[in-house]
Amino acid sequence: MNVLAAVRENDVNLPLTLHVLGAGLLVGTLLAVATAIVLGWKRDGDAVALTRLGLKTLLLGVFPAYVLMRVGAQWTEAAEDLPDDFEPAWLGIGYITADAGAILILISMILSGLGLRKLGSGGGLGLGRAVGVISLLLLAAYVVAVWAMSGKPD
Amino acid sequence: MAFYDWLLALHVLSAITVIASLTALWILIIATRPAGQAITPESAMTYGRVGGPLVGIGMVGTVLLGIWLAIDAEGYQLWDGWILASLILWAVAGWAGGQAGRAFQKDPVAGRQTGIRFQALTSLAVFVILVLMIWKPGA
Repeated sequence: MNVLAAVRENDVNLPLTLHVLGAGLLVGTLLAVATAIVLGWKRDGDAVALTRLGLKTLLLGVFPAYVLMRVGAQWTEAAEDLPDDFEPAWLGIGYITADAGAILILISMILSGLGLRKLGSGGGLGLGRAVGVISLLLLAAYVVAVWAMSGKPD
Repeated sequence: MAFYDWLLALHVLSAITVIASLTALWILIIATRPAGQAITPESAMTYGRVGGPLVGIGMVGTVLLGIWLAIDAEGYQLWDGWILASLILWAVAGWAGGQAGRAFQKDPVAGRQTGIRFQALTSLAVFVILVLMIWKPGA
């Protein structure tokens, strides 16, 4: 596959750039969510503000980054014009983490919406922590995905 | 996985670390804008101490593994135009990133505009490196 990558057509460059940029933004927004919520977990005085920052970042930042990453991935695969029976492990890992990640992001968005509403009335920290834990899980999954997509294990 | 594949995987992981930590720092910049500061200055500093070093770790990993890859791969040389341009941009990004960190740490209020300008320069240089790495002009 590295040989394929080395001689790839120029048609692939733009979608691949968007895919990699989207992946970086996705990991970055998740890192921001996890950092803010974990810091809030440890800081009683600023817990509400940090949790609010984390939940807002998840709602406004994570989903657009995911869409950019996912659209870029699909576009790249289409531009590569891979054979129908081409099903390597790394591509499977990419699909699994992307699709399972979409479900977890959707759940996190619902929890974030509920959490932001409850933060105004003195609650919502528990929901925020749940979103923080999911973000950490997603971060770990996407690190594995980046490793698999770039190292391309058999 | 072959040795080259491991080098490439760690190189890309380092690059993703750079993009991700810069993104996280941009979110911090937005969260601490004077018009609507979302978190306390102490929390902002602690948050910055997570994102800032991650940029440095990613930058070092990216360049060391990238040079190793260029030496290891038969198809590429360190003096290829797109690799040389990337190395120069890497130095610019590293310098600007350091300046941004210093500006924000020295005085988060008075140094904010300077810090944002250097952060923007870092981000732009990293984006151009990403484009060069994927498009490989002249290769």
